Amino acid sequence: MTILIDPQKTNNESLQPKGWLRYFSFSLDHKVIGIQYLVCGFLFYLIGGTLASAIRIELASPMSDFMPRDVYNQVLTLHGTIMIFLWIVPVVNGAFGNYLIPFYVGARDMAFPRLNAVAFWLIPPSGLMLVASYFVEGAAQAGWTAYPPLSITTPQSGQIIWILSVLLLGGSSIFGGINFIATIIKLRRPGLKLMQLPMYCWAMLGTSLLVVLSTPVLAGTLILLSFDIIANTGFFNPVLGGNVVVYQHLFWFYSHPAVYIMVLPAFGLVSEILPVHARKPLFGYTTMVFSIMGIVVLGLVVWAHHMFTSGTPPWMRLFFTIATAFIAVPTGIKFFNWVATLWGGKISINSAMLFSCGFIINFVFGGITGVALAQVPFDIHVHDTYFVVAHFHYIVYGGTVFIIFSSIYHWFPKVIGKMLNEKLGILHFIITFIGFNLCFAPQHWLGLNGMPRRVAEYDPQFQFVNQISSLGALLMAISTIPFLINVFLSARNGKNAGDNPWNALTPEWLTSSPPPVENWEGEAPLVKEPYGYGKQFSEQK
Amino acid sequence: MTTLDSSKEIQKNNSEVNETHEDFRIFGLITFLIADGMTFAGFFAAYLTYKAVNPLPDGAIYELELPIPTLNTILLLVSSATFHKAGKALLKDKNSDSQKWLLLTAFLGILFLICQLFEYFHLPFGLTDNLFASTFYALTGFHGLHVTLGTLMILIITWQSRINGGRLTSQNMFPLEAVELYWHFVDGIWVILFIILYLL
Repeated sequence: MTILIDPQKTNNESLQPKGWLRYFSFSLDHKVIGIQYLVCGFLFYLIGGTLASAIRIELASPMSDFMPRDVYNQVLTLHGTIMIFLWIVPVVNGAFGNYLIPFYVGARDMAFPRLNAVAFWLIPPSGLMLVASYFVEGAAQAGWTAYPPLSITTPQSGQIIWILSVLLLGGSSIFGGINFIATIIKLRRPGLKLMQLPMYCWAMLGTSLLVVLSTPVLAGTLILLSFDIIANTGFFNPVLGGNVVVYQHLFWFYSHPAVYIMVLPAFGLVSEILPVHARKPLFGYTTMVFSIMGIVVLGLVVWAHHMFTSGTPPWMRLFFTIATAFIAVPTGIKFFNWVATLWGGKISINSAMLFSCGFIINFVFGGITGVALAQVPFDIHVHDTYFVVAHFHYIVYGGTVFIIFSSIYHWFPKVIGKMLNEKLGILHFIITFIGFNLCFAPQHWLGLNGMPRRVAEYDPQFQFVNQISSLGALLMAISTIPFLINVFLSARNGKNAGDNPWNALTPEWLTSSPPPVENWEGEAPLVKEPYGYGKQFSEQK
Repeated sequence: MTTLDSSKEIQKNNSEVNETHEDFRIFGLITFLIADGMTFAGFFAAYLTYKAVNPLPDGAIYELELPIPTLNTILLLVSSATFHKAGKALLKDKNSDSQKWLLLTAFLGILFLICQLFEYFHLPFGLTDNLFASTFYALTGFHGLHVTLGTLMILIITWQSRINGGRLTSQNMFPLEAVELYWHFVDGIWVILFIILYLL
C-alpha cells in the first residue's frame, strides 16, 4: 500500500503559528522540534550545572557546611538524572537527530511527525515535575541509579515523582527511537543506498536499536520498584524475601546501553564534523559502520561489569570482563579512523574543530580508564570511589558534551543563517577544556586513594585536591558565559553565513540557510558520496 | 541554493518528483511491539531469576490450578482466529459480517478478563503475600492491561467499520491491521506467560 502525499493536506502552514511562536507550539516540522529539543535540553543543562556547582562548593571543604547531608543527596540525584535524561539523551538524539536525519535520508520530514511532537512534549512536563519535587517534600535521594533498598527506605513521595518522571522520559525516548528507525530504513530517498548514508545515520540507527531494546526493561523495572514503594510488595526488598541484585541486573540492562545511547550519536556527529574541517574523506567508512553495529551488539551483553561487588559469581565476572574488554576493539577502530581522517588534512583551526579534537583527547582518556575498570581486581579497589566519577564524566562530559558544543558551532550557520563569533568560540573552548580537565583529572587520584562518591563529607587529607577540582568546576561554569553571549550576539548581528559556509558536501548544506519548510524547494538532492572532499583535485592531477 | 558545480559527486536526479512513499505505519508498530515485548522479557527474566535463586517461605503456595488459565488460553487463541475472519470479511466489503466477527473477538477478550478476575478472587494468596504472589500478579496484571486496551481498540474499530461514514473500509484497512497485529502479539505473550508461569 502506498500513501499519496496530498500537497493541500501537508502544507497546512496556515494552521501552524509563524515566527518564534512556533517553538512553543505542537509543531510537526522536524526542524522546529529539533530546536525545541536543543533549547529545552540546554535550559535543563543550566539547572543541572547549577546543581553540579552546588556539589563542588560543598566538596570544597571536608565538612558538610554548605548544605545538610540529605539535601546533598537530593542535589546529586537531581544532577545525575537531569544531566542524563533531560540534557544529553534528548540533545544528542532528539535535537540533532530530528534536525539532521531527514536531510541525510533525503526526506521532507520524519516518518511519524505527530509521534515526534508527542515525544518532545513529554519532556518539559516530566522535567519540571522532577525539579519541582525538590520543593514539595524533598526530591529523590537514592542517586540516579535508585538502587533498592535505599530507594525504598528514603522518603517516598520524591522517589515516586522521580520514577514517574523517568518513565515519561523513557517513553519519549522510545517514541523517538521508533521514529528514527522507520525514517532511516523506510524513508530514504529512492536511489540512496544504506552504505551511502552519512555516518550520523548509522550512529542513530544503532542508538535507536539500543533505545527500543533496552529502555522498556528499565520501564518494567521502575514499575516493579514503584510497587515496592507504594503497594508494599517485596520484589527488591530483602526483608520481604525479595532480591536487590535482580534490580541491579535489570537496571543495568538499560543503563549500560544508555552509555552508548549517550555516546554513539556523538561518534556520528564527530564523523560529520571532522571531514568537513579537515577537507578529507572520512577514513574507513565501512569499518566505522561495522564498529557501530559491533558496539550495539556488545553493548547489550556487558551490563554486569557495573556489579562486580554485588556478589556476582566468578563465571559471570569472567564473561563480563572479557565482553567489556572486547568493546575496546570497535571503539579503538573508530578512534584511529578519526585520527586518520585528520592525518594530512587541510585542518582549519576553528571552534567546531577544536571541540572535536577536545572530544577525541578526552574520550580516549575516558576509554582507557573504562578498560581499566572492566578488570575485576582493579574495579573492586576503586568501586564507588571518585575514580568512577572521573571516568564517566570523561565519557559523557569530555566526550558527548564537547561534541554537542562542536555541533552547535558547526550547524549554527545552517540553523540561524549567521556565523558564530570565532574568537568567543575559541575562548569558550579554552576555558571549557582547561576547566574540565582541572575538575575531573584530579578525581582519578582521589578515587585511587579511596575517597568514596556520593558522600557529603570526606577525610581532610583530600581537601587540597578537592579544591583544585572545585576550581575547575568554577571555570566550567564561567565557560558558559562566552558561549551564551556568542549565541545571542551572533544570532542578532552575526556575519551572514550563506548557504554553505564550510563548503560541505552533506545534504543539509545544499539548501538555503535557514532551510525552508519541507527542506527543499525542489526535489531532494541525491548525495552518494557525502565525504568526497579533495577528490576533484586528485582526479585533476 | 548553492551548488558545488565542480564536484561530480552530487548528481541531481531529473526524473519526475515522485511524492509517494510506501506505508510504514505497520513497520513502526512492529518496532513498538518489539519494545513492548522487551518489557515482558524483563518481567519474565525477573520471575525466572527469582524462581532460581530466591527460596519461598515455608508453606507458601506456588502451585496454580490449571483449568481456568487453560480455558483462557483457548479463548485468546480462538479470538485470534475470529479477528482474522473479521479482516477477511472486510476485505470482501462485507462490513456487517466483519463487525460481527469483531464483536465476537471483543466478547472473547472480555470473557478472558472475567475469567482472569475470577481466578484472582479465588486464589489462596494476595499481592503482598510472598515473592511468587507479587510476581504472579504483576505479570498477569500487566498482560491483562494489554488485553483491556486491545478490547477497547477492537470496540473502537468496530464502530469505525460502520457502513455509513466509518473510516475503516476495504480501501483503508490500516486500523484493523494494526489492532489485529497488536492482538496477535498479546495472544503470543499470553502463550509464553502460560508456559512460564503455569506449566514450568
